[in-house]
Amino acid sequence: MIGKRIPRIDGRVKVTGEAKYAADYELPGMLWCKMARSPHAHAKILNIDTSNAERLPGVKGVLTGKDFHGWRWGWMPKTRDEAPLADDKVRYLAEAVAAVVAVDEDTAEEATELIRVEYEELPGVFDPEDAMKQGAPRIHDHLENNLSWEFHMDFGNAEKAFRESDLVREDRFQTGRVITGYLEPPAAVAIWDSSGITLWAAKQSPYFVYRHLASCFNLPLNKVRIIQPFIGGGFGGTKNDSLAGDFCACLFSKMTGKPVKFVYSMEEVLMTCRRRHNMIIHNKMGMKKDGTLTGMHSRVIADGGAYTAIGPLTMFLTGCISTLPYKLPNFKHEAYRVFTNNPIGAAMRGHGITHTRFAAEIQMEMMAEELGLDPVEVRLRNAITAPHETINKVTVHSCGLKEGLKTLADTPNWKDRDKKKESKASTRHGVGLSGTAHLGGARQRGHQSCAAVVRLCEDGSVDYLTGATDCGQGSDTVLVQIIAEELGLRVEDIDIKRVDTALTPCDAGTYGSRVTVLAGEAAQKAAADLKTQLAKFAAEKWEANPADIVFRNGQVYVKGSPQYAMPFQKLAQTACYSGSGAVIVGKGYSQYGIEVLDFDRGEGNSGTSYSFTSQLSEVDVDMETGFMKCTNMIIAHDCGKPLNPINVEAQNQGAAVQGLGQAIYEEFKMDRGKTLNPNLIDYKMPLATDSPPIQVIDILTEDPFGPYGAKEASEGAMISSPPSVISAIHHATGIWFKEQPVTPEKIVIALKEKEKQGTVKP
Amino acid sequence: MFEPVNVETCSMRSKPIKFVINGESVGIEVKPWRTLLEMIREDLKLTGTKEGCGHGECGSCTVIMGGKTVNSCLVPALEADGQEILTIEGLSEAGKLNPIQETFVERSGMQCGFCTPGMIISAKALLDRNPDPSDKEIREALAGNFCRCTGYTKIVESIGAAARALREVK
Repeated sequence: MIGKRIPRIDGRVKVTGEAKYAADYELPGMLWCKMARSPHAHAKILNIDTSNAERLPGVKGVLTGKDFHGWRWGWMPKTRDEAPLADDKVRYLAEAVAAVVAVDEDTAEEATELIRVEYEELPGVFDPEDAMKQGAPRIHDHLENNLSWEFHMDFGNAEKAFRESDLVREDRFQTGRVITGYLEPPAAVAIWDSSGITLWAAKQSPYFVYRHLASCFNLPLNKVRIIQPFIGGGFGGTKNDSLAGDFCACLFSKMTGKPVKFVYSMEEVLMTCRRRHNMIIHNKMGMKKDGTLTGMHSRVIADGGAYTAIGPLTMFLTGCISTLPYKLPNFKHEAYRVFTNNPIGAAMRGHGITHTRFAAEIQMEMMAEELGLDPVEVRLRNAITAPHETINKVTVHSCGLKEGLKTLADTPNWKDRDKKKESKASTRHGVGLSGTAHLGGARQRGHQSCAAVVRLCEDGSVDYLTGATDCGQGSDTVLVQIIAEELGLRVEDIDIKRVDTALTPCDAGTYGSRVTVLAGEAAQKAAADLKTQLAKFAAEKWEANPADIVFRNGQVYVKGSPQYAMPFQKLAQTACYSGSGAVIVGKGYSQYGIEVLDFDRGEGNSGTSYSFTSQLSEVDVDMETGFMKCTNMIIAHDCGKPLNPINVEAQNQGAAVQGLGQAIYEEFKMDRGKTLNPNLIDYKMPLATDSPPIQVIDILTEDPFGPYGAKEASEGAMISSPPSVISAIHHATGIWFKEQPVTPEKIVIALKEKEKQGTVKP
Repeated sequence: MFEPVNVETCSMRSKPIKFVINGESVGIEVKPWRTLLEMIREDLKLTGTKEGCGHGECGSCTVIMGGKTVNSCLVPALEADGQEILTIEGLSEAGKLNPIQETFVERSGMQCGFCTPGMIISAKALLDRNPDPSDKEIREALAGNFCRCTGYTKIVESIGAAARALREVK
């Protein structure tokens, strides 16, 4: 069962159209909710006149910020700065200021246009470096310099290391404004009746909104029920958090006594939803002549947008595992998250780490080039091996980085890379490599419980309840495999119930590659608990030792005495009907990685284990037009033991293409807080014709801190993809690009510049 | 300011149309501004067809009408009059999956599943006109269908495998 290429258990309902997503739910008498949004990026709200909207036939109610009585939410108690609807002022363009509920979607939308808001426009600030300056407009009144959060990590002595280095480089890198890019716009249907709130919502971490709603409306948690439909992609940020729509739909339902639905438009998603922070990374690195890294100092400035959201964690992640995957004896890190009047920066797959790893990978290659060292050699010289403890006490128990890099360096694609370089006419072919790390089983602050309940039915079928959400990554399949493995059953014998906060155990959610590692452990323990209970019944019947009862292939028998055997189904029946009737329920929860993490200093383990991803990317660059096409990718990935290899491949392939988008295609164009390209044509994410075939090679290791030795899969390839692609572009063009995305325009300008200097063939 | 339009007396009122969808004849009255997607999802309750962008950019609303794929979010519902339409719900017969659906399941051609109905419909239209497409032709046929989860490799493999399976049947 474990390690097999089991097809996804949700495959059938997804290919037939049966799978229901939030927007597919419809209830009798249902009303529609729409947001009214601000045309200004920074303005005081002086007055809101809703009377015209209220008079429109079909309108059943209007809400403004005042209806939420000053309630605020945020990731930490001291960062609660966001209101369901802006009540004092708006801090980013298209922030929601009011909401309407009406008999249908068109009427609700029309009514939003009838809401008259009187604003006093304020000067805005849109660049994080400007926002830090003395006298910059204040976005939150209590903050003079707009500093949302800062970290200072300092290990060893970076300055001394630089003095003792043979080569020191300082470069400025930049990452772009990109969005998670899920295809399913956020949506929900809410009912608030005497039993409390029930919300069918597209959430990858439903227990966040569960707590937010309870807090906002002062309800006990057992009166807030979030039911999980299928989720059309998450990738962090928005679907990990609450939305104006969630709060308004619930309150409207209470006011009207009707179910209330909202669906955001793609324009709302691209203009207002949480996006990846764009960052400036000033990176300084020291190296010995033989390529040994001596130290690194990173100074990171991130555009946080208007509110804090999960931003402090983002900044923590830019530094906490910068000491992986290369030995780094001296490390200094300063990270500043700055408020601006832009949409909010938050988590996205490869959270925080993608920025600084991109800078470090490219800078390391630039220095290797200066020293005349091979890019593989310099990586192998510095790559860690397990077991390893970094200078900031990150402990690695399994590491397949060196093997991954060697595997890629051994391919003809790498070995012959200079032969293929000048393929045809104006096209140059380039091949690039990267070697990166990512944490799995995130355990960063707050409530991290991850539990499982396994309920035996009297016919031997099994119900599995988990609070962990499959938003597309395939975790439901892997978790069911684990239960089946432990109980010696088939995948078909187990039914996984989708998250329902009234029934499933509390869980932190889908982020930080935590589900397989933590929910997997919980599933294993719950199944083992059930097995222990059942073994007792079998042992009594056969007068055997409960520890000798074996569960395999749907059969239960005594170890070494195959004559004592019965089908699992029979034992289930015997157990459930014993005495006056027994209830057999197994439970378990994850306890991996509960040692102390020093969040403020960036010391300790922010994950339970670490995956290592090496990637080779190939590009064709048209030297006249700058157009690029990524023609091939090979990923050598150490996720410990792959529990379902087809799923691991799929995860890596998806992340690598998302990383390709970030590297060369995607970027929000902004003008004073306004997103100029809020549609899928102008905000270009890779299509099938833009994406290469991707081969995934499993580098097998075994991690002691994961179920069956497994670690995370997929966020790693989000980290490895951009540097390998940008290194390939360098190989093709001879130019190092330090700003994402590397667009054709940037290539043409850089080539012209280089031609002027006479260093490139015309 | 314009006078309010009286929908009962002007040409903006509902019109009756007839069409065949997934093999079933349907007669329905639709408003002129209703899209094919709204009619399919809201009037006919066939929610397998998804709305991603609503602007014809993502392909999640792809259906086959008159033998061709269309972005149903861009097509007025009135255009369906007299047409034959296929949505994802019409692809399997009596609970038996179409070979394209089967290979998508076997080869993990989907993750979150939101683009999947549109993706499979585009694949069906491709294989109807070209039973032996190259990987390049498959990718070109999917150029109107956006997927954020898979990176497309497994979708292309699933469609290639479906093409082989369908050729063997014939």
